[in-house]
Order: sequence, then C-alpha cells, then structure tokens
Amino acid sequence: MNVMSRASQWGDLIRPDRVHGSLYSDPAIFEAELQNIWYRTWVYVGHESEVPNANDYVVKSIGPQSVIMTRDEQGQINLLLNRCSHRGNQVCSYDKGNARSFTCPFHSWTFANDGRLVGYAFPDGYEGQDKSQLALGRVTRMESYRGFVFGSFAAEGPTLKEHLGGAAETIDRLVRASPEGEVEVTAGFLKHRVKANWKFILENECDGYHPAFVHSSIFGVADSAIGKLYGGASTALTRDYGNGHTEIDLRPEFRKRGVPMSWFGTTAERLPDYTARMQAAYGESQAREIMIDGSPHVMIFPNLFIAEIQMFVIQPLAVDDSVQHVTALQFKGAPDLNRRLRQQTMGSVGPAGFLLADDSEMYERCHRGVLARNPEWIFLGRGEKREHADEAGFTVGHVTDEVPSRGIWRHYRQLMEAR
Amino acid sequence: MLSRESSATLLAAVTAFIYREARYQDEHQYEAWEALWTDDGVYWVPANGADIDPEKEMSIIYDNRSRIALRVRQLMTGKHFTQSPQSRLRRLVSNIELLDEQPGGDIAVGSNSMIFESSLRDDTIWAARNEYRLRHVDGELRMAYKKVTLVNNEKAIYTLSFLV
Repeated sequence: MNVMSRASQWGDLIRPDRVHGSLYSDPAIFEAELQNIWYRTWVYVGHESEVPNANDYVVKSIGPQSVIMTRDEQGQINLLLNRCSHRGNQVCSYDKGNARSFTCPFHSWTFANDGRLVGYAFPDGYEGQDKSQLALGRVTRMESYRGFVFGSFAAEGPTLKEHLGGAAETIDRLVRASPEGEVEVTAGFLKHRVKANWKFILENECDGYHPAFVHSSIFGVADSAIGKLYGGASTALTRDYGNGHTEIDLRPEFRKRGVPMSWFGTTAERLPDYTARMQAAYGESQAREIMIDGSPHVMIFPNLFIAEIQMFVIQPLAVDDSVQHVTALQFKGAPDLNRRLRQQTMGSVGPAGFLLADDSEMYERCHRGVLARNPEWIFLGRGEKREHADEAGFTVGHVTDEVPSRGIWRHYRQLMEAR
Repeated sequence: MLSRESSATLLAAVTAFIYREARYQDEHQYEAWEALWTDDGVYWVPANGADIDPEKEMSIIYDNRSRIALRVRQLMTGKHFTQSPQSRLRRLVSNIELLDEQPGGDIAVGSNSMIFESSLRDDTIWAARNEYRLRHVDGELRMAYKKVTLVNNEKAIYTLSFLV
C-alpha cells in the first residue's frame, strides 16, 4: 500500500467516531508514523535524575533509535545518537554507566560525552580533517520540564511547553506530591515486550472502560477499591488536553472520600514521616489537599504515561512489536512512601504484573483481531453525545467514555497530514 | 559437612522435590505449588541482572508469602486472561547441585531450567538459573526462597504469567 499517495486520505481512515483497523496493522503506515510522529514531535526520552552526576549516562530510545542521554562535565544533558560517525558502529553497548568519553571498538574513534570527536587512531591518515564535522549525531532539539527530558528530531516546531499545553499542569500536580517538589527515576526499569501495535498501548492508558473487566481477577481477590473508580456510577472524568495528551481525572472520587492518601489505598497515619514532611513543605491545609487529590493519571503523547505511582515509556519497534519500559516513580524526600511505591509497582506492572500481564494480553489479542477483514473499523463512539467542555475548555466525559481515544486520533490525523 | 551417604540421600530428596515443583508448575497445579512454600517464603525473579537489590530496584517478581498467595488466587479465578487459556508448558530442570548450607540450617540448591511455553501469542523459550533455600518442615521439604534469574532478563521480555 502506498502511503504517500494516500497522504491526503487520512480522513478516510480517521473519522470522528471510528478509525480504520489498518492504522494498527499496516507496515507502511508504521513507517509513516516514524517520520511524522516519532522523528518529528516531542518524545519523552529520560529523566534528569537518571544521570545525577557529571559523566553519567543512560541508553534510552526514540522509537527504534538508540539514544545516549549523558550529563557532560559541565553538567549539561546531551541526547546523542548511538552511531559512530566513522562507519556507523554503535559506540555504547551498556545500558548505563559513568564515562567521560565513548570509544568506538571498531577503529578506536573517541567521542567526548557531549558528542565531540576528540580523537582517532593513527591520526596522520586524517591530516587536515576538521574534527568538528565528525561529531556524534544528536537529537536535534532537547528541552526538559520539571526534570522530564524530551527530544525532537525537528529543527523547528512548537516548544516543549507549547506541546505540553494544558497537560503541563498534570506534571506540576505530580511533582507536588513530593515534599521537595521533585520526582526521581531511580528504581530501574522493567522492559515488557508485546507483539502488538504501540497505539493499542497508547489508547489503553486512559481507557477507563476496561478496568472493570480486564482487571476483575485481581480487583476481586485483592479486595481492591480501584474497581469502583471505573464503575458506571463513578464521578471520575476522562479529559482531552489537545495535542494528543489525555487524562483520567480521579480527583472527583478522591475528593468525595476526602481522606488523605486514600488515592494510594492507605491513610496519612500509616505514612507519618511523609505526612510530616508534606505538612512542613506545604502547610497543613494545602498538604491535606494534595494528599487527597493524589498523583495524576495522564498520557503525554506519544510515549510518556504517568499512572499515579508508575511511569511507563512506550517504545515502538515495528508495526507489531512494542516495548513498555516501566518503573516506580520516587518522590524526593519521601522514603517511607517510596518503598511502598516500589513494592506496589512490582506487583502491578511488568511482564508478571497482576495488572499489566492482562492489559498486554488485550493488546496482543486486539492486534491479531484487527487483522480480520470485517468490520474494518474500530468504533470509538462511547460518550460522544455526552462529552462537554470543562471550565478550562478541555473536553471531558465520563471515566468510561472514549474521549481520550478520540482526542488522540484527532491529533494523530493532524500530525500525519502535516508536510 | 554431610557424609557422602547423607549428601547423596539429601540430593536425591532435593531433586525429587524440584522435579515435583516443576510438574506442578507445568500442569498449573497452583494450590499444590503454593503448598510447597514455607510461611516466610520469598519468590524472586530479578530484572536487569542477577545482583540487583530488590529492596531498591524493580524486579519482575518479588513476592513475599502473602503476595505469592495473591498470585495464586488471581490464577485460580479463571479470569486472569493472560492465563486463560493457560499456557502449555514443559520444562527441563538440570544441573541440580547442593550449594553451601545456609545459616539456620536451610539447604541451598542450584539448578538450571529451560521452559517451552506455547501460548496464544506464540511459542516462547525461557531459560533460567534457579536458586533455592529449602527447609524441612514437619519432615517434608519446603521452599523458603526461590530466585529465578532469567538468562535474558536484561532485555525486553514478553508477558511471563505462568509460574516460573
């Protein structure tokens, strides 16, 4: 199928209440997405806390691209491409470490951790060569927001702040749950591979319709109160922030309960150290509000999902091959809470997680399902008649409504139609 | 140090125990498998190598005894969709060795396993190093600790929802 000849026909595949199944399964569309989404828009890469010291590095990704995130000797963060400028060999073969430079094992070309070529073997063969023309490739633009580092391969385009738009406030809300106003990504990642298109993951993150069914096995045996948040009588909301960012806003339910830390299934009394530090940082009344509202549930398009206490990074490798990188968020200055965040995260997510093993099963079954020829369409009309604008003008709907999917596809279409 | 005879006897008992555990796992005999654990059992499947600190870094599984029970209860519901239908499994366990005795008298055992899983997704081969601490409770061997280090645990892996 020729995607180029179809560039003006995205509207045939993406309708207000339905999208065509081939959007998940056509390899040519996947290639077009790499060019128009993954190698153009802002993509989350890593967190500043993963490289706390000078010369630290971690290997991250933008889609199939391997990206080395370094902190150089000046303390600046760099997003370098893992490809020797000589013959293309990968210059870094470890997931993380501390290194002033990367030496390519092929011909011993050596690059500083800010990307500069600083030396090659037997330099007399390169007499007169300008080394500055042979630096490592970089992600064209880099910006960070509250420690979250994003990259874009487009030289021009919206700033990160413009891209985040209204969804930036959800990250503000996240860091506020730390008594020091910062989250840290220090607990290591689980890497969960699924044989499914990345957009099944993207859309599921703020799908509030599925938990009551997909997760009934664990909600039942764990005597969990989470199920009710996603029930028909719930007052929680789905929200479309525009630019593909979507949220499940559980605050209406948590405010009804009015119990600090109920969002985390516990009480302030069980976290005395955290509670004291939050009160010292924000004052008793604001600390109480923050601890009632909890941490957000937001999907930052296209790949950063903050699920209250966890962070997922979605990585597409091929049309039917995706990886979910997941870790427990850690709130700076909250050791007693952090231990529980890690334990709860390990139980819930990753390849053996009580929740994510079933979500991932759905992704894979959906992917096989859409290969069937009929009825061709994915129907996304739930709640279309009852969605409305909130006070800030963002579209909201019932927690089980498909407001997020519709918002994602509206933005997707704009990106795919852009030249 | 055990005498040669008692060491051989112990190895035979340990081997029989490990084969039985493997059969319970392959055949989804969840409750029988759960009954092999001591009350303080720890079931650990690390990620990103064998030597991470599970108290500080993410593991694929790091279950205390109550979470082992929860895992089994979820499997028993029949609605844990990733195991409904159940994976079809057969594993080979080999290289069973008695390792150093642990303080407190637990028996340290090492083994290797290779597991063939056939599921709706595909057929998948898993390989692991297993380390056990076994204990005699009321005259029967029980597991107090099982650590399963997957050979490929530094990479992205598919869903692992059977008992490994």
